[in-house]
Amino acid sequence: MHIVVCIKQVPDSSQIRVHPVTNTIMRQGVPAVVNPYDLFALEEALRLKDTYGAQVTVLCMGPPPAEAALRKAISFGADDAILVTDRAFAGSDTLATSFALASAIGQIGRNMAVDLVFCGKQTIDGDTAQVGPGIAKRLDLQLLTYVSQVDRVDTERREIVVQRRAEGGVQVLQTRLPCLITMLEGTNEMRFASQAGMFRAARHPVRVWDKAAAGIEDVAKIGLKGSPTVVSKVFAPQPKASKAEQIKCESNAPKDLAVTLIAKLFTQHPALESAISAGTTGSI
Amino acid sequence: MTEAKAPAKRAGRKVELDPRLAAYQGVWVFVEHERGQAHSVSWELMGEGRKLADQLGVPLSGVVMGAPGEDTRRFCHEAFRYGADRCYLMEDPVLADYRNQPFTQGLTELVNAHQPEILLLGATTLGRDLAGSVATTLQTGLTADCTELNIDPENRSLAASRPTFGGSLLCTILTLNYRPQMATVRPRVMPMASYDESRSGPIIEQPLHLIETDIVTKVLDYIPDNRQDRPQLPFADIIVSGGRGLKSPENFQLVWDLARVLGAEVGASRPVVQAGWVELDRQVGQSGKTVRPKLYIAAGISGAVQHRVGMEGADVIIAINNDPNAPIFDFATYGIVGNALQVLPALTEAFRQHLAVARKAG
Ligand SMILES: Cc1cc2nc3c(=O)[nH]c(=O)nc-3n(C[C@H](O)[C@H](O)[C@H](O)COP(=O)(O)OP(=O)(O)OC[C@H]3O[C@@H](n4cnc5c(N)ncnc54)[C@H](O)[C@@H]3O)c2cc1C
Ligand SMILES: Cc1cc2nc3c(=O)[nH]c(=O)nc-3n(C[C@H](O)[C@H](O)[C@H](O)COP(=O)(O)OP(=O)(O)OC[C@H]3O[C@@H](n4cnc5c(N)ncnc54)[C@H](O)[C@@H]3O)c2cc1C
Repeated sequence: MHIVVCIKQVPDSSQIRVHPVTNTIMRQGVPAVVNPYDLFALEEALRLKDTYGAQVTVLCMGPPPAEAALRKAISFGADDAILVTDRAFAGSDTLATSFALASAIGQIGRNMAVDLVFCGKQTIDGDTAQVGPGIAKRLDLQLLTYVSQVDRVDTERREIVVQRRAEGGVQVLQTRLPCLITMLEGTNEMRFASQAGMFRAARHPVRVWDKAAAGIEDVAKIGLKGSPTVVSKVFAPQPKASKAEQIKCESNAPKDLAVTLIAKLFTQHPALESAISAGTTGSI
Repeated sequence: MTEAKAPAKRAGRKVELDPRLAAYQGVWVFVEHERGQAHSVSWELMGEGRKLADQLGVPLSGVVMGAPGEDTRRFCHEAFRYGADRCYLMEDPVLADYRNQPFTQGLTELVNAHQPEILLLGATTLGRDLAGSVATTLQTGLTADCTELNIDPENRSLAASRPTFGGSLLCTILTLNYRPQMATVRPRVMPMASYDESRSGPIIEQPLHLIETDIVTKVLDYIPDNRQDRPQLPFADIIVSGGRGLKSPENFQLVWDLARVLGAEVGASRPVVQAGWVELDRQVGQSGKTVRPKLYIAAGISGAVQHRVGMEGADVIIAINNDPNAPIFDFATYGIVGNALQVLPALTEAFRQHLAVARKAG
């Protein structure tokens, strides 16, 4: 079985700082990490490799430093890594990104047919969850989004059964390979990289593909040109007409503040009192 | 023939719309339903769609897809009452359960046949799955998780706004030279449309030419959630939330205490969820749940934009924070500057007493 896992490198959101004056995000010095959602996809692929045997190829589109994300994936147990990088990709929206990744997967499949593609549920920076469905459509793969569990893979009959998180419950779906899975978060726990894995990662030759190597001929389909969406402006959220009414009282003791607030709340919003009474059982 | 309404030239801000694209008119809302129930986000979108359609002077339509029968048709009538002028209906046995392939093909065919300029879907697991596939098939732009939708007066295009990564800013995204313009909106971000029993309209039916054997993915089983097990934040009337300012899981108990007295759900900011003090389902904000309670009490929460976008639809917001300059005071209704570890128990006690008195009196 050949599994491709798409991983994106993103800024570590826990380290992001917002400039206090300009309100813009300060990316300088912020370490980059593997998109946390993609680790669930990678771990699931590695588990399938453990159970059924598979070649796991990790694929990332991004600037040259994104190679680090791929090495990380190798250290966990991925077999091969491809970085698709080209200035022509700058400004790609999800339509252009999924086109580029789908082309690259097409190229990967020329050596060894691809049975399964894994994506994360979404990224923490673009946060659209659109790239997985986009790749599936372009490659004509069956799409299984928000998968919480892979129940079984039958490589002979080329079938797979998964559990998919739907709005009010879980769908158990069966489909044919090849297919694309977007993996839900919290569904597994990433293994630790072994010492051997880390050594291998350090030495592994990450393959670097430009647009031609990724099989892209039509440059009108990538980058800004290939992106229907354009960011027209960036703005601060509308300040509310009035700020919070500060509750004050003479003593400023918590108890008195609480009583003052409640009196005010129920006078100005009488409907709230009945809403609260309706929600309580009476045994308080 | 679902391919590319590709632009004649590079999208600019005021370019004339290609005549082929100018033929795309009207605003559509995809009516999501599962297991006999419409998702409330459909009616939230209907309200927003009404506003956009009125600004453009075009009709608003609902799109209903499902198994043949009154159970599906019923959603068309609901759509009219929530503000739709017309409804496009596609009934077919293969549409009984949601599956990507038949729904993508069906919705794509409807769009190609009737050419709406705007298509809105809920940012649910179903809506995101479907929207991503349909937008790729139609080769058009899709803006995710919008918090605001408007019409750009300059070029009559959809101005879809969403928060930017990590900053306290929003960005507006346009899809200039492609049609339809697609966007998803998360549940509870927009208020519900008003309901008018007397409204109705025409239903335009279109068949789907697919048979079950054409469809590769089969639904083997469906396991409904046990609703009692999961917190239902998006629909709670009252929510008490705690943030990093509470400092420890033990102190977070004070939030539960107040919630119990109020019959409220418990929410949290992201750092609290990441620290494991409460489960993931309780996170309020951009990467958590969007809520619209009648009352939202935030204790020890700074009010970062990613938290704000998840709760600013609340009718009344009470903020407790020891920093008088905390951003949350910029948009809360009432503020108490003080130590949450003291204010929370005081509030719990005061509410308890007030409600006990009210109960006796009533
Ligand atoms: C603030 C902001 C808002 C944006 N809004 C929109 C929008 O509304 N519509 C739009 O079309 N574009 C939007 N974009 C552009 C979009 O983020 C980029 O196109 C990005 O390259 C891919 O989208 P994503 O990060 O949302 O990925 P998602 O669709 O959330 O990613 C899903 C999965 O796809 C895979 N994947 C995604 N990107 C890569 C990659 N580069 N390499 C390998 N695997 C990958 C991963 O497995 C990932 O988990 C926005 C960008 C920003 C910064
Ligand atoms: C991509 C992305 C997505 C995100 N999604 C979300 C999301 O969905 N939801 C979310 O909440 N956040 C989200 N965040 C994080 C967000 O930016 C903030 O970091 C987070 O909301 C801050 O949580 P907080 O207010 O609890 O903590 P802090 O910002 O640390 O605020 C703590 C507050 O408590 C006050 N305080 C301290 N001690 C006391 C005391 N004794 N009594 C009263 N007040 C006290 C402080 O003055 C401060 O205002 C996201 C960030 C990113 C980058």
